Amino acid sequence: MDVLLMDYLPLVVFIGVALVLGLALLVAPFIVAYKQPDPEKLSAYECGFNPFDDARMKFDVRFYLVAILFIIFDLEVSFLFPWAIVFGEIGAYGFWSMMVFLAVLTIGFIYEWKKGALEWD
Amino acid sequence: MILSALFFYLFASICVASAFMVIAAKNPVHSVLFLILAFVNAAGLFVLLGAEFLAMILVVVYVGAVAVLFLFVVMMLDVDFAELRQGFLQYLPVGGLVGVIFLAELLLVVGSWAIGPGIPTTITAKIPTDIPNTQALGLVLYTRYVYYFEAAGVVLLVAMIGAIVLTLRHKPNVKRQNTSDQVARTKETAIEIRHVQPGQGL
Repeated sequence: MDVLLMDYLPLVVFIGVALVLGLALLVAPFIVAYKQPDPEKLSAYECGFNPFDDARMKFDVRFYLVAILFIIFDLEVSFLFPWAIVFGEIGAYGFWSMMVFLAVLTIGFIYEWKKGALEWD
Repeated sequence: MILSALFFYLFASICVASAFMVIAAKNPVHSVLFLILAFVNAAGLFVLLGAEFLAMILVVVYVGAVAVLFLFVVMMLDVDFAELRQGFLQYLPVGGLVGVIFLAELLLVVGSWAIGPGIPTTITAKIPTDIPNTQALGLVLYTRYVYYFEAAGVVLLVAMIGAIVLTLRHKPNVKRQNTSDQVARTKETAIEIRHVQPGQGL
Protein backbone atom coordinates (compact mmCIF):
# COMPACT_ATOMS: atom_id res chain seq x y z
CA MET A 1 0.00 0.00 0.00
CA ASP A 2 2.70 2.45 1.02
CA VAL A 3 4.77 1.32 -1.95
CA LEU A 4 1.91 2.39 -4.19
CA LEU A 5 1.60 5.74 -2.48
CA MET A 6 5.35 6.33 -2.71
CA ASP A 7 4.93 6.21 -6.50
CA TYR A 8 2.92 9.41 -6.15
CA LEU A 9 5.61 11.31 -4.25
CA PRO A 10 6.93 13.02 -7.43
CA LEU A 11 3.37 14.15 -8.17
CA VAL A 12 3.05 15.69 -4.70
CA VAL A 13 6.41 17.45 -5.14
CA PHE A 14 5.30 18.69 -8.57
CA ILE A 15 2.00 20.05 -7.26
CA GLY A 16 3.79 21.67 -4.32
CA VAL A 17 6.31 23.43 -6.60
CA ALA A 18 3.51 24.50 -8.97
CA LEU A 19 1.49 25.88 -6.04
CA VAL A 20 4.41 27.82 -4.60
CA LEU A 21 5.42 29.22 -7.99
CA GLY A 22 1.87 30.13 -8.94
CA LEU A 23 1.16 31.83 -5.63
CA ALA A 24 4.47 33.71 -5.76
CA LEU A 25 3.70 35.07 -9.23
CA LEU A 26 0.18 35.96 -8.12
CA VAL A 27 1.19 37.74 -4.93
CA ALA A 28 4.39 39.45 -6.07
CA PRO A 29 2.63 42.06 -8.30
CA PHE A 30 0.51 43.17 -5.34
CA ILE A 31 3.65 43.86 -3.34
CA VAL A 32 6.16 45.25 -5.84
CA ALA A 33 4.18 46.55 -8.83
CA TYR A 34 3.70 50.29 -9.41
CA LYS A 35 -0.01 51.08 -9.16
CA GLN A 36 -1.83 54.28 -9.98
CA PRO A 37 -5.35 53.40 -11.16
CA ASP A 38 -7.85 55.83 -12.60
CA PRO A 39 -11.36 55.18 -13.99
CA GLU A 40 -10.20 55.21 -17.60
CA LYS A 41 -7.52 52.59 -16.97
CA LEU A 42 -9.93 50.36 -15.10
CA SER A 43 -12.77 50.52 -17.62
CA ALA A 44 -13.21 47.85 -20.29
CA TYR A 45 -11.32 48.63 -23.46
CA GLU A 46 -13.05 48.04 -26.76
CA CYS A 47 -11.12 49.50 -29.70
CA GLY A 48 -11.17 53.05 -28.42
CA PHE A 49 -14.89 53.65 -27.96
CA ASN A 50 -17.16 52.82 -25.05
CA PRO A 51 -18.33 49.18 -24.85
CA PHE A 52 -21.61 48.57 -26.65
CA ASP A 53 -22.80 45.59 -24.68
CA ASP A 54 -22.09 43.14 -21.91
CA ALA A 55 -19.59 40.40 -22.79
CA ARG A 56 -21.76 37.73 -21.13
CA MET A 57 -24.10 36.53 -23.79
CA LYS A 58 -25.67 33.22 -24.72
CA PHE A 59 -23.48 30.80 -26.63
CA ASP A 60 -24.43 28.84 -29.70
CA VAL A 61 -25.84 25.41 -28.86
CA ARG A 62 -23.45 23.80 -31.36
CA PHE A 63 -20.54 24.25 -28.92
CA TYR A 64 -22.46 22.04 -26.53
CA LEU A 65 -23.00 19.37 -29.19
CA VAL A 66 -19.29 19.26 -30.06
CA ALA A 67 -18.36 19.05 -26.38
CA ILE A 68 -20.78 16.23 -25.56
CA LEU A 69 -19.63 14.23 -28.59
CA PHE A 70 -16.07 14.71 -27.36
CA ILE A 71 -17.01 13.40 -23.89
CA ILE A 72 -18.62 10.27 -25.35
CA PHE A 73 -15.57 9.32 -27.39
CA ASP A 74 -13.35 10.23 -24.44
CA LEU A 75 -15.21 7.65 -22.34
CA GLU A 76 -14.96 5.11 -25.14
CA VAL A 77 -11.18 5.54 -25.29
CA SER A 78 -10.90 5.27 -21.49
CA PHE A 79 -12.33 1.73 -21.74
CA LEU A 80 -9.47 0.84 -24.07
CA PHE A 81 -6.71 1.36 -21.46
CA PRO A 82 -7.39 -1.64 -19.16
CA TRP A 83 -8.14 -3.72 -22.25
CA ALA A 84 -4.74 -2.91 -23.75
CA ILE A 85 -2.98 -3.81 -20.49
CA VAL A 86 -4.55 -7.27 -20.18
CA PHE A 87 -4.73 -7.92 -23.94
CA GLY A 88 -2.53 -11.02 -23.77
CA GLU A 89 -4.45 -12.61 -20.89
CA ILE A 90 -8.14 -12.31 -21.73
CA GLY A 91 -7.96 -14.23 -25.01
CA ALA A 92 -10.25 -14.16 -28.01
CA TYR A 93 -13.39 -13.64 -25.92
CA GLY A 94 -12.12 -10.40 -24.44
CA PHE A 95 -10.91 -9.28 -27.86
CA TRP A 96 -14.30 -9.79 -29.50
CA SER A 97 -16.23 -8.24 -26.61
CA MET A 98 -14.21 -5.05 -27.18
CA MET A 99 -14.82 -5.29 -30.93
CA VAL A 100 -18.59 -5.44 -30.31
CA PHE A 101 -18.30 -2.41 -28.01
CA LEU A 102 -16.40 -0.48 -30.64
CA ALA A 103 -18.86 -1.56 -33.35
CA VAL A 104 -21.80 -0.21 -31.33
CA LEU A 105 -20.10 3.16 -31.02
CA THR A 106 -19.05 3.11 -34.67
CA ILE A 107 -22.76 2.92 -35.54
CA GLY A 108 -23.19 6.15 -33.58
CA PHE A 109 -20.18 7.66 -35.30
CA ILE A 110 -21.56 6.86 -38.77
CA TYR A 111 -24.91 8.31 -37.68
CA GLU A 112 -23.40 11.60 -36.55
CA TRP A 113 -21.22 11.82 -39.66
CA LYS A 114 -24.19 11.25 -41.98
CA LYS A 115 -26.37 13.68 -40.02
CA GLY A 116 -23.70 16.34 -40.48
CA ALA A 117 -23.14 16.84 -36.74
CA LEU A 118 -19.41 17.16 -37.38
CA GLU A 119 -19.92 20.12 -39.74
CA TRP A 120 -20.19 23.65 -38.48
CA ASP A 121 -22.43 25.04 -41.28
CA MET B 1 0.93 5.57 7.43
CA ILE B 2 0.51 8.83 9.33
CA LEU B 3 1.38 10.66 6.12
CA SER B 4 -1.42 8.96 4.19
CA ALA B 5 -3.85 9.80 7.02
CA LEU B 6 -2.69 13.42 6.77
CA PHE B 7 -3.34 13.43 3.03
CA PHE B 8 -6.73 11.81 3.59
CA TYR B 9 -7.82 14.61 5.91
CA LEU B 10 -6.41 17.22 3.52
CA PHE B 11 -8.29 15.83 0.51
CA ALA B 12 -11.48 15.12 2.44
CA SER B 13 -11.69 18.54 4.06
CA ILE B 14 -11.00 20.40 0.78
CA CYS B 15 -13.53 18.17 -0.98
CA VAL B 16 -16.28 18.88 1.55
CA ALA B 17 -15.48 22.58 1.69
CA SER B 18 -15.49 22.99 -2.09
CA ALA B 19 -18.69 20.92 -2.36
CA PHE B 20 -20.26 23.38 0.07
CA MET B 21 -18.97 26.31 -1.99
CA VAL B 22 -20.59 24.80 -5.11
CA ILE B 23 -24.01 25.53 -3.65
CA ALA B 24 -22.99 28.65 -1.71
CA ALA B 25 -21.22 30.59 -4.48
CA LYS B 26 -23.40 33.30 -6.01
CA ASN B 27 -21.73 33.22 -9.41
CA PRO B 28 -22.58 29.97 -11.29
CA VAL B 29 -19.19 30.05 -13.02
CA HIS B 30 -17.45 30.07 -9.63
CA SER B 31 -19.51 27.12 -8.44
CA VAL B 32 -18.48 25.17 -11.54
CA LEU B 33 -14.82 25.86 -10.72
CA PHE B 34 -15.40 24.67 -7.14
CA LEU B 35 -16.97 21.53 -8.59
CA ILE B 36 -13.72 20.86 -10.48
CA LEU B 37 -11.79 21.29 -7.21
CA ALA B 38 -14.11 18.80 -5.50
CA PHE B 39 -13.58 16.26 -8.31
CA VAL B 40 -9.80 16.59 -8.19
CA ASN B 41 -9.81 16.01 -4.43
CA ALA B 42 -12.10 13.00 -4.83
CA ALA B 43 -9.52 11.65 -7.29
CA GLY B 44 -6.89 12.11 -4.56
CA LEU B 45 -9.06 10.07 -2.18
CA PHE B 46 -9.33 7.31 -4.80
CA VAL B 47 -5.53 7.20 -5.09
CA LEU B 48 -5.29 6.82 -1.31
CA LEU B 49 -7.67 3.84 -1.57
CA GLY B 50 -5.45 2.22 -4.20
CA ALA B 51 -7.98 2.74 -7.01
CA GLU B 52 -5.57 4.43 -9.40
CA PHE B 53 -7.50 3.81 -12.60
CA LEU B 54 -10.68 5.31 -11.17
CA ALA B 55 -8.72 8.35 -9.99
CA MET B 56 -7.23 9.01 -13.41
CA ILE B 57 -10.57 8.47 -15.15
CA LEU B 58 -12.20 10.84 -12.67
CA VAL B 59 -9.72 13.56 -13.61
CA VAL B 60 -9.89 12.93 -17.36
CA VAL B 61 -13.62 12.44 -17.75
CA TYR B 62 -15.05 14.64 -15.05
CA VAL B 63 -12.86 17.62 -15.79
CA GLY B 64 -13.86 17.22 -19.44
CA ALA B 65 -17.50 16.77 -18.45
CA VAL B 66 -17.31 19.81 -16.21
CA ALA B 67 -15.98 21.79 -19.15
CA VAL B 68 -19.20 20.78 -20.92
CA LEU B 69 -21.21 21.76 -17.88
CA PHE B 70 -19.40 25.08 -17.76
CA LEU B 71 -20.33 25.64 -21.37
CA PHE B 72 -23.88 24.68 -20.55
CA VAL B 73 -24.05 27.19 -17.70
CA VAL B 74 -22.62 29.98 -19.83
CA MET B 75 -24.88 29.04 -22.74
CA MET B 76 -28.18 28.58 -20.95
CA LEU B 77 -28.00 31.27 -18.29
CA ASP B 78 -27.61 34.87 -19.12
CA VAL B 79 -25.26 35.57 -16.24
CA ASP B 80 -27.19 38.61 -15.15
CA PHE B 81 -27.16 38.72 -11.36
CA ALA B 82 -29.90 41.29 -10.84
CA GLU B 83 -32.23 39.08 -12.85
CA LEU B 84 -31.03 35.91 -11.09
CA ARG B 85 -31.89 37.31 -7.68
CA GLN B 86 -35.22 38.70 -8.81
CA GLY B 87 -36.96 35.30 -8.79
CA PHE B 88 -35.65 34.30 -5.37
CA LEU B 89 -38.74 35.15 -3.30
CA GLN B 90 -41.03 33.90 -6.02
CA TYR B 91 -39.48 30.42 -6.05
CA LEU B 92 -38.90 30.25 -2.28
CA PRO B 93 -42.14 28.36 -1.36
CA VAL B 94 -41.74 25.70 -4.05
CA GLY B 95 -38.01 25.32 -3.42
CA GLY B 96 -38.58 25.14 0.34
CA LEU B 97 -41.24 22.46 -0.12
CA VAL B 98 -38.93 20.36 -2.30
CA GLY B 99 -36.14 20.81 0.26
CA VAL B 100 -38.34 19.74 3.18
CA ILE B 101 -39.59 16.63 1.33
CA PHE B 102 -36.02 15.73 0.38
CA LEU B 103 -34.83 16.19 3.96
CA ALA B 104 -37.65 13.99 5.30
CA GLU B 105 -36.80 11.26 2.79
CA LEU B 106 -33.13 11.44 3.69
CA LEU B 107 -33.96 11.15 7.40
CA LEU B 108 -36.16 8.12 6.68
CA VAL B 109 -33.37 6.46 4.70
CA VAL B 110 -30.70 7.16 7.31
CA GLY B 111 -33.04 6.18 10.16
CA SER B 112 -33.72 2.74 8.72
CA TRP B 113 -30.11 2.16 7.78
CA ALA B 114 -28.44 -0.96 9.14
CA ILE B 115 -24.86 -1.97 8.46
CA GLY B 116 -24.73 -5.42 6.86
CA PRO B 117 -22.92 -8.18 8.75
CA GLY B 118 -20.36 -8.74 6.00
CA ILE B 119 -19.37 -5.08 5.64
CA PRO B 120 -16.69 -4.84 8.39
CA THR B 121 -14.71 -7.76 6.94
CA THR B 122 -15.09 -6.40 3.39
CA ILE B 123 -13.80 -2.93 4.11
CA THR B 124 -10.91 -4.13 6.27
CA ALA B 125 -9.70 -6.62 3.64
CA LYS B 126 -6.19 -5.82 2.47
CA ILE B 127 -5.81 -4.23 -0.93
CA PRO B 128 -3.83 -6.65 -3.10
CA THR B 129 -0.53 -5.10 -4.08
CA ASP B 130 0.83 -7.83 -6.36
CA ILE B 131 -1.42 -6.79 -9.27
CA PRO B 132 -1.97 -3.22 -10.50
CA ASN B 133 -5.46 -1.82 -10.17
CA THR B 134 -5.95 -1.22 -13.90
CA GLN B 135 -4.91 -4.78 -14.74
CA ALA B 136 -7.24 -6.22 -12.09
CA LEU B 137 -10.13 -4.25 -13.61
CA GLY B 138 -9.26 -5.37 -17.13
CA LEU B 139 -9.13 -9.04 -16.16
CA VAL B 140 -12.81 -9.11 -15.17
CA LEU B 141 -14.39 -6.25 -17.13
CA TYR B 142 -14.17 -7.71 -20.64
CA THR B 143 -14.92 -11.33 -19.81
CA ARG B 144 -16.90 -11.84 -16.63
CA TYR B 145 -18.83 -8.56 -16.73
CA VAL B 146 -19.15 -8.45 -20.52
CA TYR B 147 -22.91 -7.72 -20.48
CA TYR B 148 -22.44 -4.63 -18.31
CA PHE B 149 -19.60 -3.57 -20.57
CA GLU B 150 -21.71 -3.84 -23.73
CA ALA B 151 -24.59 -2.13 -21.93
CA ALA B 152 -22.22 0.79 -21.24
CA GLY B 153 -21.53 0.95 -24.98
CA VAL B 154 -25.25 1.06 -25.73
CA VAL B 155 -25.77 3.80 -23.12
CA LEU B 156 -23.04 5.85 -24.79
CA LEU B 157 -24.71 5.29 -28.17
CA VAL B 158 -28.06 6.47 -26.79
CA ALA B 159 -26.39 9.56 -25.29
CA MET B 160 -24.75 10.35 -28.63
CA ILE B 161 -27.95 9.99 -30.65
CA GLY B 162 -29.95 11.89 -28.03
CA ALA B 163 -27.53 14.82 -28.07
CA ILE B 164 -27.63 14.97 -31.87
CA VAL B 165 -31.43 14.73 -32.07
CA LEU B 166 -31.95 17.38 -29.40
CA THR B 167 -29.42 19.99 -30.43
CA LEU B 168 -28.59 19.58 -34.11
CA ARG B 169 -30.26 22.27 -36.20
CA HIS B 170 -29.00 22.95 -39.69
CA LYS B 171 -29.49 26.47 -40.94
CA PRO B 172 -31.37 26.58 -44.22
CA ASN B 173 -29.75 28.20 -47.27
CA VAL B 174 -26.19 27.33 -46.31
CA LYS B 175 -23.98 26.55 -49.29
CA ARG B 176 -21.65 23.63 -48.61
CA GLN B 177 -18.72 22.44 -50.64
CA ASN B 178 -19.64 19.30 -52.59
CA THR B 179 -16.41 17.74 -53.76
CA SER B 180 -17.92 15.08 -56.01
CA ASP B 181 -19.98 17.68 -57.87
CA GLN B 182 -16.86 19.78 -58.36
CA VAL B 183 -14.81 16.85 -59.64
CA ALA B 184 -17.63 15.68 -61.95
CA ARG B 185 -17.71 18.99 -63.81
CA THR B 186 -16.51 18.74 -67.39
CA LYS B 187 -15.58 21.41 -69.89
CA GLU B 188 -18.88 20.85 -71.75
CA THR B 189 -21.07 21.50 -68.71
CA ALA B 190 -18.99 24.39 -67.40
CA ILE B 191 -18.42 26.55 -70.48
CA GLU B 192 -20.88 27.73 -73.07
CA ILE B 193 -19.86 29.87 -76.04
CA ARG B 194 -22.46 32.38 -77.19
CA HIS B 195 -22.15 34.72 -80.13
CA VAL B 196 -23.39 38.16 -79.19
CA GLN B 197 -24.87 40.24 -82.03
CA PRO B 198 -23.85 43.89 -82.03
CA GLY B 199 -26.44 46.07 -80.40
CA GLN B 200 -28.36 43.19 -78.80
CA GLY B 201 -28.11 41.53 -75.45
CA LEU B 202 -28.28 37.86 -74.77
